[in-house]
Amino acid sequence: MNQFTTLTSKIVPLPNENVDTDQIIPARFLKVTDKKGLGDNLFADWRYDADGSPRADFVLNRPEMQGRQILLAGDNFGCGSSREHAPWALVGYGFRAVISTSFADIFRNNSLKNGLLPIVVDKDTHQQLFSLVQEDPNTTLAIDLAAQTVTLPDGRRVAFSIDHFSKTCLLNGVDEIGYVLNLRDKIEAFERIHEG
Amino acid sequence: MSQTLFEKIWNAHVVAQEPDSPAVLYIDLHLVHEVTSPQAFDGLRTRGIRVRRPDRTFATMDHGIPTTPRDLPILDELAAKQIAQLEKNCAEFGVTLYGLHSAPDKMGIVHVIGPELGLTQPGMTIVCGDSHTSTHGAFGALAFGIGTSEVEMVLATQCLLQRKPKTMQVQIDGVLQKGVTAKDIILALIARYGVGAGTGHVFEYTGAAIRRLSMEERMTICNMSIEGGARAGLIAPDDTTFEYMAGREYAPKGPAWDKALARWRTLPSDPGARYDATLTLDAGALEPMVTFGTNPGMGIGITGRVPDPAKTPDLSARNALSKALAYMDLKPNQPLLGQPIDVVFIGSCTNSRITDLRLAASVLKGRKVNPRVRAMVVPGSAQVKRQAEAEGLDRIFKEAGAEWREAGCSMCIAMNGDQLAPGQYAVSTSNRNFEGRQGKGGRTFLASPLTAAASAVAGAVADPRTLIQ
Repeated sequence: MNQFTTLTSKIVPLPNENVDTDQIIPARFLKVTDKKGLGDNLFADWRYDADGSPRADFVLNRPEMQGRQILLAGDNFGCGSSREHAPWALVGYGFRAVISTSFADIFRNNSLKNGLLPIVVDKDTHQQLFSLVQEDPNTTLAIDLAAQTVTLPDGRRVAFSIDHFSKTCLLNGVDEIGYVLNLRDKIEAFERIHEG
Repeated sequence: MSQTLFEKIWNAHVVAQEPDSPAVLYIDLHLVHEVTSPQAFDGLRTRGIRVRRPDRTFATMDHGIPTTPRDLPILDELAAKQIAQLEKNCAEFGVTLYGLHSAPDKMGIVHVIGPELGLTQPGMTIVCGDSHTSTHGAFGALAFGIGTSEVEMVLATQCLLQRKPKTMQVQIDGVLQKGVTAKDIILALIARYGVGAGTGHVFEYTGAAIRRLSMEERMTICNMSIEGGARAGLIAPDDTTFEYMAGREYAPKGPAWDKALARWRTLPSDPGARYDATLTLDAGALEPMVTFGTNPGMGIGITGRVPDPAKTPDLSARNALSKALAYMDLKPNQPLLGQPIDVVFIGSCTNSRITDLRLAASVLKGRKVNPRVRAMVVPGSAQVKRQAEAEGLDRIFKEAGAEWREAGCSMCIAMNGDQLAPGQYAVSTSNRNFEGRQGKGGRTFLASPLTAAASAVAGAVADPRTLIQ
């Protein structure tokens, strides 16, 4: 699994609420048997015209947005389909963190497994972040996972919560499947009773 | 201590639980399809390990499969490759596959064939790399969608790391009026409470209206739990459940059935069991529902009018509504009744079972699909297709001018060539009206099979109550 420790980046603002995973990566791009190359089709139907040319009005296509690794998204980001292709596309494009007021459950789980940090902030902080980016599009945030803080340009720190297990896995790049494989004795013992 | 149905299932499946960590939860049934599994099987190869419990793992092909006659080749090379990869993976890892070549008479949409084969059973934990796995909760099973990394974990260990969700009781009482169906209940629930209402929770649907529903109607409700943001939706098993299950291929038989039945009867939530939250809905007050926007919560009664962003106080909700109406090319305050449509899609894991097709046929019998409309009827499985043909429903559809197709997800997810053209309007019995969901630029009105069939006849969004006795 990809490690996550700290990240300092400018922000891509996408204020839309309820962005579903069909928008993050449309279904026609799911006909793949590996995880590579999905970043090119991130937000494809918002990002490109019918002829494949970039739409100037979409935020990712603005020249100053290139290379930014933090997505500031609207409420309930990642709802809908369980496709892990959504975080694969976000990470493939270059994002390492998404900040919102809430995330859909499956998207959140899928993100954590791909080193993409979903950060939940309260409504006031959320609005403040959007205001900051509006006033200064080059607003830079510093995320520290160990400290569980997002540092704003004025030095103010916003704390965020993350469960201890996910944090440890992200900080150390723990292979969760390897962790559960090591519990084989417990699983076998469970199966004997469960099926007995 | 009193426990909910959810707590009983959860507690019976915890393999290990360390403080501050997610539970290691045992999975009884793992359903697999071609789109979200290839990378997971590759992961097993990289690790050099096998599927831990192939006897608890069942696969089918549904998302990318064409719904054209089965003797025709798969023209989409990428879809063909993905399907071939599933066949190869299942053969290599010893997984039973209900596929084009291995079991064409039993294949179908994963959430239709699981219950149909009797694989889905009360009290089980069930996962699949598909968010509509919530469907199986209709049997009192804890069933939820997972991502591909989790598919790999379940293949490797038969377990998942899960944080315990909260519970939300969804109490639905009242008697449905004529022409109003289970689909209208769930669309009304999501319209009232929103697409994020269930986040972090498992719904348990309770109340007299739920008790009266058939298993297929209950599946329609649980199917769209994810559209309300819930991880899973549960309905306590009862005699309706057991009657549906008896005699199915994988259902227990003889003394094993009696033993299972005794266990299943202990599953319903105890009197006095507490939920973290409660939602309510009066099913008797509902009319047929239809969505107007670009998420399943943007729904209204069919005689209602499209909401006006100017009257929406919350700024982000107003912007979302304006954006949705622009995409749908609809005006504030306009009625949807009479809105011309181009396509009707009857199918999907929400509404493609035999009772859904009977409802649609009851409207289309002796009537014609409006010439401006392409109507597609896509059964949920090969078995549903055969049953419908045995009952003569296929003739009703074909005589009305609708297409009668092979089973698959089809235009619900538009991966297989069945899709809307840009700008087209469809009345669809599926579960998602997201932008582009049924084809890039396509516009979806979600509704029940009755409403979809009535709209096919009218060539416009129509109230089915005007066409049924």
